[in-house]
This record gives sequence, structure tokens and C-alpha cells, in this order.
Amino acid sequence: MTTTANPPPRQATPAPRAKARPGDRIFSWSTRTAGVLILVVLAGVAAFLIVEALPTFQADPAEIDGGEGFFSYVWPLVFGTLAAAVIALIIATPLALGIALFISHYAPRRMAQGLGYVVDLLAAIPSVVYGLWGIQWLAPRVQGAWAWLADNLGFIPIFTGPASATGRTMLTAGVVLAVMILPIITAISREVFLQTPTLHEEAALALGATRWEMIRMAVIPFGRPGIISGIMLGLGRALGETMAVAMVLSTGGFTWSMVTSGNNTIAAEIALDFPESSGLKTNTLIAAGLVLFAITLAVNMFARWVVSRRKEFSGAN
Amino acid sequence: MSKRIDVGDLNVYYGSFLAVEGVSMAIEARSVTAFIGPSGCGKSTFIRTLNRMHEVIPGARVEGKVMLDGEDLYAANVDPVTVRRQVGMVFQRPNPFPTMSIRDNVLAGMKLNSKRMRKAEADDVVEQSLKGANLWNEVKDRLDKPGSGLSGGQQQRLCIARAIAVQPEVLLMDEPCSALDPISTLAIEDLIGELKQNYTIVIVTHNMQQAARVSDRTAFFNIAGTGKPGKLIEMDDTTKIFTNPSVKATEDYVSGRFG
Repeated sequence: MTTTANPPPRQATPAPRAKARPGDRIFSWSTRTAGVLILVVLAGVAAFLIVEALPTFQADPAEIDGGEGFFSYVWPLVFGTLAAAVIALIIATPLALGIALFISHYAPRRMAQGLGYVVDLLAAIPSVVYGLWGIQWLAPRVQGAWAWLADNLGFIPIFTGPASATGRTMLTAGVVLAVMILPIITAISREVFLQTPTLHEEAALALGATRWEMIRMAVIPFGRPGIISGIMLGLGRALGETMAVAMVLSTGGFTWSMVTSGNNTIAAEIALDFPESSGLKTNTLIAAGLVLFAITLAVNMFARWVVSRRKEFSGAN
Repeated sequence: MSKRIDVGDLNVYYGSFLAVEGVSMAIEARSVTAFIGPSGCGKSTFIRTLNRMHEVIPGARVEGKVMLDGEDLYAANVDPVTVRRQVGMVFQRPNPFPTMSIRDNVLAGMKLNSKRMRKAEADDVVEQSLKGANLWNEVKDRLDKPGSGLSGGQQQRLCIARAIAVQPEVLLMDEPCSALDPISTLAIEDLIGELKQNYTIVIVTHNMQQAARVSDRTAFFNIAGTGKPGKLIEMDDTTKIFTNPSVKATEDYVSGRFG
């Protein structure tokens, strides 16, 4: 091999600027567009909601549905929305975390794959099918249980009887929602559990941790931000879910009881009333939509805050 | 505290692959034993069989005996969890729990034993362990800060503090300095010298000067070729291994002629 003895003479040109490659420019431009686009869409939706909702706030309270102003119209809907979502989360979260841990740390590999696939399939079922399932299959079967709750735990306000004879109650809607958000929470938790560094798992095992202790010591703390994100996505879906609730729930006025007919959620109310609405009623429904938008935003900001509160302990540094 | 280990004709398999073959050795209590040898010769695999950590890898199993002061670690009624509480381990890369404070990291092993400790007692364990790992003066004012905020060398000493907090009989170290700078390495080596007064220490290292500096006895592992099992070539006093080994391959390796 020959080596050049004399390096080529240096050219007396000013230091060349880094050349902007077309690929870089296209990529940077397209990501920026995508980022801006999402903000534009969000701002557009917010602007639409605010403008269309405005007449409701300016109108005479007596003209609003119910005759006592917008606030007394919307708060039972807010209560119903939150109640359905909370029931769904209470049921789905432990179940989803259990399934995710089983898939990531307990199940034999083959079974884990199959199970993960089945859970993902749950997310592919349209909500109208869940609604049908809720009415036709679930409601008659849980009716007895709700009646039992009303008979035996009726002193707790949320179980006050008499229980609905059809089983189409808030609690049933919550169960249906739980099944719907289960795959979201499971899929995200499973992914973060699988990401736990082997190093941390081995650290726990080498200290003499059993498998469950290792999970509590290394896997769950590491996955905590991911778990919270999963729950928040699930909550978002539960708050906004329309069809299943509209079909399953036998709606009515406000009641504390989750086992009788009554209550409604914002999304279901909009879906049920919008086709028949006109004039101020339309504006009122849109205003209710604005409230739902605000609730969802608040929930997401709260979740961000929870995650960032212990940022230095997150393991990302 | 501190027990001796006797290994009798140990084979380690990954599935059907024989990774380490026919190792027999005696590791004295309150001494430092170093394992040296080229990459892939089974040192790390072998050291993990001393606290059954190899079982974490699917398909890994052993044949043969490992006796901790006469008790077989692989007897049918022995729980690997109890083995690991007696035989602590420090890993190649520092691995403090990122979600825990320095204090909680040290106490992690104690909490597993599910003992309810009074705060004063816990404080005492934290201080003693961190002092034992020569880390106390550097972190005593920030015990509630995350362990992942320390430097690499400090993190490794934190891991040592965590391991000795539960007062194990034996401390295994799998290349504890390979991710550290020379100053931190020196700190850990000094620490090993102090720890051997109370613990039986086994250390895997790629750094032969390190083996010569810290260990009393040295075991040389080698491998005949890719796909062949690793074997213990010879084990002797460290001075003898580095000056006048009985096997030619050992001499070639320690004098830098291969590997």
C-alpha cells in the first residue's frame, strides 16, 4: 500500500458552512408542520366550541333546558361523566396492571404473546358493539348483583335502591367502559414493564428479592410515569365515550345511586339530543361539549404534574 | 459473618450448551479471590452460580456442588432467594435504583427482610453501610437525593453499601471497576482491601494489575475455542500466578502474550 507523502495543499478559503442537506431540510420542515398542525387543529376546535357556546351564556337562564340556567343544566351531566369514568378506572386499572405484569414477567413467552394479542383485539371492537353487548348480554346478568347491592348496602348513597329492573344503570355503563379502556392501559403498562432495565431487576434479585418484591422494587417504580400515562389515556377515552354509554344507560335526572336508572354523561347527552336540537338548545349542547373539553384538559394537566413532580427520581437521568 | 466456599466439579449449561466445565475450587473466608481470563471464558457465568443469579437467565442450570460452609446451595430444599441474601453481588455497571433516594437504596435489602425498623436503627444501618463503603462523607448531607445523581464511582460504592447493609457472608463482584475511571477504581480497590477483614470476596476482573493488587488468590479461566466450554486452568496464590505459574497458558496470559 502506498501512502501519500504530501498532503494536498490547503486552500485559503474561509471555513465552509455546514451544507444544509435536502433530506435534513425536508425532515425538519415536515416535523415542524406536523407539530404546528396539531396546535392549529386544537385551537380550531377550542375556538369553535367557545364561539358556538357563547349564546348559551348570554341567554336568559329561563330559556336554557331545565329553566334554571346553564350551570344547573350541566352539573348533573358533569357528575355522570365523572362517575362513569371513575367506575371504569376503578375496575380497569388493577385488572390492566395485573394483566400487564402477568404478560411481561410471569407468563411463558408463547402464552404472553397470545394473551397480548387478545387484549389488543379488545381495542379493535367498535364501541357500538360494546353498546349492544352491554344491553343484550351484560345488563340482564348484572341486574341481580345490583339488586343485591341495593338490598344489602343501600345505606351507602351510591347503592340506594330500588335497583333498576333492566340493569341499564350507571354501574353497568361503568363496567362496559372498563372493558373498553382495559386494552389501552394494559398495552401501555406492558410496554413500560418490558422496558425495565435488566440491571435494575438483577439489582433487586441479587439483594434476595422474590419475584414479586423485585417487581415492587424495580419494575413498578420504573414504570410509574408510563402507568399514569396509560391510565390518563384510558380516562380520556372513558370521559369521551359516547355510543356505548348512550346505548347502555337508561338516562334520567340526577341521582346519587349508581344502581338505578338515571344520570347521563355529557357525550351521551350530546349524541342523544343533538339530532333533534335547534337554536339555543344546540348552543347549550356545544357549551356542554366545551365543559367536557375543559375537564379532559384539566385531567391531562394534572397527570403531567403528577409525573413531573418526582422527575429527578424517574430513572431518566 | 464470612464463610468459605467449596465448589465441586461444577458444570454450567445454557440450555444444552455447556458453558463452563468441571470447575473445582476452594475459596477461603476473609480473603479476596480474583477470577481472570479472556472474554467469554465463563468467569462471569461461573461467579453468578455462586449466588444462583445465573437462574435469572432462562435455560441456565448447573450440575455439581457449591458448598457454603458445608451447606449445599443447590440442595433441593434451598430457596435461591435465601442464597442471595447470604451471598451479595455487585455488578459491572453501577445499578442503584433510580427511583429511590440514596438512603432508600442502602435500606433496600433490609426492607426485603420485612423487618420493621425504628428510624434510629435505620439511620444507623445507613451510616454504617455508607461508612463501610467509604461514601459517607460524600453523601451524608444529601441522603434524600436520588442515587442516580451521583458519579459513576460513587454509584458503584453506593451499590457496595447496599450489598453490605444486609451483612452477607460473601460478596461477589463482577468486574466492579470496568465502567469507572482510574481514581474511582482506586477508591474501590482500597475498599476491597478493607472489606476483606469482614467478608469473603470474589472478584472478576479483566485488569490483571487489579487482580495482582487486590487479591490473595487468583484463578485463571480459559477457553479452547468458540463454542467450547470454559475451564479453570489453575488457581494459586496471586503472587505465584503472576510470577511463576505452573501452566504455560497462564504464563502466556499474565505476561500479555495472548488475550
